[in-house]
Amino acid sequence: MARPIQARTPARTHRRRGATKRKTVEYTIRYALLMFVFVLLVGPFIWQFGTSLKGAGESIYTANPFPASPTLANYGMVADTIPVFRYLGNSLVVATSSAILNCVLASLAGYVLARMRFRGRTLVDLVFLATIIIPFEVIMVSVFLTSRSLGLVDSLLGVILPTAVTGLSILIMRTAFMALPREIEEAAMIDGASDWQRFIRVALPSVQGSLVVVAIFAFVFAWDDFLWPLVILKDSANFTLTVGIQYLSGTFTSNQRVVAAGTMIAVIPLLVLFFSLQRWFFRGVGEGGLKG
Amino acid sequence: MKAQYKWLPWLFLTPALIIALVFTIGPFLNTIVLSFTNSTTLGGGTFNGIQNYLDLANSPQFWISTRNTLLYVAVVVPLLMVLPLLLAVLVERNIPLIGFFRSVFYSPVVASMVVVGLIWSWLLSSDGAVNGLLEALHIIQKPLPFLTDTTLLLLSCMLVTVWKGLGYYMVIYLAALGNVPKELHEAAQVDGAGSGRRLWSITLPGVRPTMLLVGLLGSIAAMKVFAEIFVISSGTAGPGGQARSLVYTIREVGLGLSGEIGYASAMSLALFILTIGFSILYLRSQRTDQLR
Repeated sequence: MARPIQARTPARTHRRRGATKRKTVEYTIRYALLMFVFVLLVGPFIWQFGTSLKGAGESIYTANPFPASPTLANYGMVADTIPVFRYLGNSLVVATSSAILNCVLASLAGYVLARMRFRGRTLVDLVFLATIIIPFEVIMVSVFLTSRSLGLVDSLLGVILPTAVTGLSILIMRTAFMALPREIEEAAMIDGASDWQRFIRVALPSVQGSLVVVAIFAFVFAWDDFLWPLVILKDSANFTLTVGIQYLSGTFTSNQRVVAAGTMIAVIPLLVLFFSLQRWFFRGVGEGGLKG
Repeated sequence: MKAQYKWLPWLFLTPALIIALVFTIGPFLNTIVLSFTNSTTLGGGTFNGIQNYLDLANSPQFWISTRNTLLYVAVVVPLLMVLPLLLAVLVERNIPLIGFFRSVFYSPVVASMVVVGLIWSWLLSSDGAVNGLLEALHIIQKPLPFLTDTTLLLLSCMLVTVWKGLGYYMVIYLAALGNVPKELHEAAQVDGAGSGRRLWSITLPGVRPTMLLVGLLGSIAAMKVFAEIFVISSGTAGPGGQARSLVYTIREVGLGLSGEIGYASAMSLALFILTIGFSILYLRSQRTDQLR
């Protein structure tokens, strides 16, 4: 195919070949850079994973992160040292509850703010805006006092409730409801649907995408959170995974293999969740009102 | 659509409002009140005017925490404004496998800071991979004390924060890059502008508002640094606690066995004023942007 073209317009082909060459160079540079960043960002996880699989006889200080004879013994030792399945369960309860509560409470509040006019609205707007502006770290000591007077110290409910709805979740749901055409709900109203029916049957099913985004972000935030569980949980039986893994590293600084296995137990379920739902994550970052 | 509602909005809003009032607005107001008292975790406490604020001004611990926190912002924020932008430019083109790279670069964002901190404290330990690599390359003769020297420890935490945040801000920049008109790039290319020149003259002005937003988000996040320092220093904040951040100190003095709630509340408000200060700076810079 190249030959007849070359015969007709040699100069042009020359230019095209130059462009192809430039393209090859550009691609090579791009993929080299991508691989470099890949090693930089994923390497540490792979290294840790490799360490977690190394047996007692294998050096963990050598440059080779991959074990010669992989073993799951370190994972067994995590379970012997701390009640890791209990912690896993605690984290699952906390993260799932936070996800569900955020979806329910934020869609109720978001729908009102997107669709209804009522007295006191400005005040409600201000309250939710304040929850976005006030960092949790600033009020942490006070929230602890509140939780203590409510008898929530050392309970999973105490971990869950302060994160049960965030200003950001409400903002995402409100934006989603505002984007829905009003005509659909008006048609439902003419058909005699009550406010509640319009919310449940018409509006809510149309914002499923945003609900997924709110659920995922609440879940991951609750699963990863460290400071608040560290503050509110006292008895080691009630720890969530992040607090438990930190505790494990405190008691086992000498055995890096076991700590590595512990971190893998905390991160692998989440990475699996992330890779199966990744497109929602990218939407989520966009929908957090962060488009500038 | 009905013009005015009476009780229905409140029915929908009540759950979210209760959470916001009990766990954010109430504690915030309480923090202000408590900051003027000598309350402790044991209860009691009486009004003592601005004594806590005077104590803060005279406390070396407070000034170290503030200095470290501001230092954190000063180092981390410029890096997070620039590096993720370069990363976004790298992954912007739709070339084969780019979706894979994008998601993989996001995985440190999803992992908990506890996991990330434990992985890095292992990599940065005296027999860890980083020291091993530097020694193999003959850059250093003996291991650098990343985890036991105050300055190096702070620097390590900063780099871990940047490492974990790269993917998040990359996605924000990706959205912004999509809004930079392709025609501008094409026109510049025709005029013979190289990729470096185009990055400087077209991409950079195009994403300026996003850079400022990333600066704000990064600043607020960096002001609240806790988990990195706590985990990487194994809960000690380095030798003599010299690598402490504001949140680290707030938790230590406010939630210990004999927590000084009043004093910690005053420190929390200092943190709040700093974060609000950054937000005001951001809004100012946006306004001057619009005037141009």
